Parts: sequence; structure tokens; C-alpha cells
Amino acid sequence: MSVKTVGTPEQSREPDLSTTTSRRPAGTLYRGREGMWSWVLHRITGVAIFFFLLVHVLDTALVRVSPEAYNAVIGTYQTPIMGLGEVALVGAIVFHAFNGIRIILIDFWSKGTVYQRVMFYVVIGLWAITMIGFVPRHLINVFSH
Amino acid sequence: MSTATLDAAPSDADAIESFTVTLIIRRFDPDADDEPRWQDFDVEMFATDRILDALHKIKWEQDGSLTFRRSCAHGICGSDAMRINGRNRLACKTLIKDLDISKPIYVEAIKGLPLEKDLIVDMEPFFASYREVQPFLQARTMPGAGKERVQSVVDRARFDDTTKCILCAACTSSCPVFWTDGQYFGPAAIVNAHRFIFDSRDDEAKVRLDILGGKDGVWRCRTTFNCTEACPRGIQVTQAIAEVKSALMRGTA
Repeated sequence: MSVKTVGTPEQSREPDLSTTTSRRPAGTLYRGREGMWSWVLHRITGVAIFFFLLVHVLDTALVRVSPEAYNAVIGTYQTPIMGLGEVALVGAIVFHAFNGIRIILIDFWSKGTVYQRVMFYVVIGLWAITMIGFVPRHLINVFSH
Repeated sequence: MSTATLDAAPSDADAIESFTVTLIIRRFDPDADDEPRWQDFDVEMFATDRILDALHKIKWEQDGSLTFRRSCAHGICGSDAMRINGRNRLACKTLIKDLDISKPIYVEAIKGLPLEKDLIVDMEPFFASYREVQPFLQARTMPGAGKERVQSVVDRARFDDTTKCILCAACTSSCPVFWTDGQYFGPAAIVNAHRFIFDSRDDEAKVRLDILGGKDGVWRCRTTFNCTEACPRGIQVTQAIAEVKSALMRGTA
């Protein structure tokens, strides 16, 4: 094998299999780009919003059971932890809403697939602007009562 | 490229700069392993070499049991699609100079199809979807005697992008929907349906649209654009799927 002379000398020595082999069987995470990660975020926020709405319908329905029970449950929401949770909730809904518009444009606007990446950064920008407007005002309310 | 290697090396060692590249390959031998395992190899490579050359060097000089498909080695046959550093690429079109060789290069089989050995997967589910969309010309009219079917330049350009497909499965196996639900036709089958749906000489667009409008058809697409990123031929795959969706909604091809 004359080709072997090209490589370094130590390369021809067969390394021990246990030093070159890892038993970790899983494959690597697929490195998708903006499109894939926007979809992952859209799915996570969508499922999170679904569970919020489920609880929200239940606690609102309590007012039909008894107004006292409703007040008691809503009262437990008035804590700083819930206040921070509301930041996450609004963040999820705002992303889901803006990215939803992006997906509608991809499907119905003939140039949508061409500008999908630009639109993703527009979504992130709009999300950031909305959150900058919302979060300080909201946190002042949460922590001053 | 192997002839260049042999010519350059003995005459002057530093005529062309070469690099030691570490490849970490996900190996699986169905006779010996329960689970796939990662194995690393050091190969001496030039910047202009391709990942396929590295695999050849490993197979020819270090470990003959390394198993992978390749035929033409020039990006046309579509045999050597694999996941290189987490993205679906053709090994024969991925140059060392385009990768960060200060870190190891991860090479593994494409995802979502049954792993058979090392970098080889069972392509049958992929080709089954392809066959199902009837990827052949079906015309109900006869061309004039001694004549071919005439098509205008504009009509030909309508489906030009989707004629480029080499059926390497890089797109289908990059699709998160296909990973979790192998029933989905997948981007490649839709691309090849698109090629005939929008061909003015073909008369069975409606049959293909019916197939793709079903439960496992184009509506499974979540527009993640992984297929468009993965396509080694630069086909705008998600665009093609969107055009089929739009034809289904408007009822016209």
C-alpha cells in the first residue's frame, strides 16, 4: 500500500478499539436553521398555551359554581411567582401570534417561502418590541402591590 | 483526486498543505452491536478533499469494515447522502475546506429510515412513497405521427426546478415530520409529483393531487425548510410543496 506513506507514521499503527469507540448510541441533534427552530418554538408555545387555556377555562367556570370559590382561586394567582409566569405566558402568546402570521404568509403569499428567514427575524424583532413594552410595566404592577 | 495525492506527497512534503482531520463516525454492525456506537478516525486530508475521500481513506487504509454507499462520487447518483456535522449532505459534495477541522467532524447515517449497517439505511420506504405519486408521464393524447409533444419554453420552465432531483433522500430524511411519522410521503415524493403535476404534457395531475391531498400528503408539511437547506441540488423543496398545496386549494394545476 504505497498510499500509506502519505499519512503520518503513527497513523498506520492500529489504535485500540476501546480508545476510539464511544458507547453513546444516540445520533447528533439535527442542525436545522431558522425554519426548524421557529417550528419547534411554535409547537412548544402552542402546547403551553393549550394547557394555560384549559386551566383558564376551568377557573373562569368556577364563577358559575360559587363567586367565593372563584375569588379564592383568583386570589392565589396574585403572587410574584404567578406574575413571572404571566411574563412567560405573554411571551409565548406573542411569539405564537407573530409566528402564526409568518406561517400564514408562507402558505398564502407567493413570495412567502423566499422571505421566510427574513420574516423569522421580523417576528423576533416584533416579539422583542412587544415584550420591552410589556415586561417593565407588568413587573412594576406585580412587585408594587 | 487520489492520483494528485500520490503525485504530490513523495516529491515535496509541503508542496500542498495537508491537515489531520478527525472524523467521528456512527457505526452499527447488526451482527455484533445492539446499539450504534461512535468511533473516531484520524485521516490526513487536503483542503480540496471531500468527506467521501476521507471515508475512502478510512475504508482502504484503516478499517475495511466501514460500510457506506457511493456510486458516481460526483453528486449525480444520489447514493452517499449522510448527516455530516448534524446536517444532511452528500459526502461527495462536502469539501474539507468548508468544514471547521479544528473540531471533529461527525458523520452518521440519514435519520428516519431503518439503519442497516454503519452509514447505510433501508431506502425502501423512501422509494415506496416515490412510486406512489406516479412519477412518470401520463398523457391521454397521442402526438402527431413522427412528432414529439411540443412544449413552450414557459411551460417547460414551470417545473424546471423539480426536474433536478437525484433521489438521494437528503430532504426526506431531514424532515422532522418524516422522523416522527414515516407515513408522510416526504419532500422527495412531493417534488417528483410536482415535476409531473405542472408538466403541460401530462394529463393526470388530478390523480396525483388526490394522492397528495390525503392524510399523509402535503398537509403534513410544517414548513420547517430543513428539506430546502438539505437539498444538494438546490431545489426549492418547500416552495414546490407550497405550490402543490396551493394547487390543491385552488383546484387547478
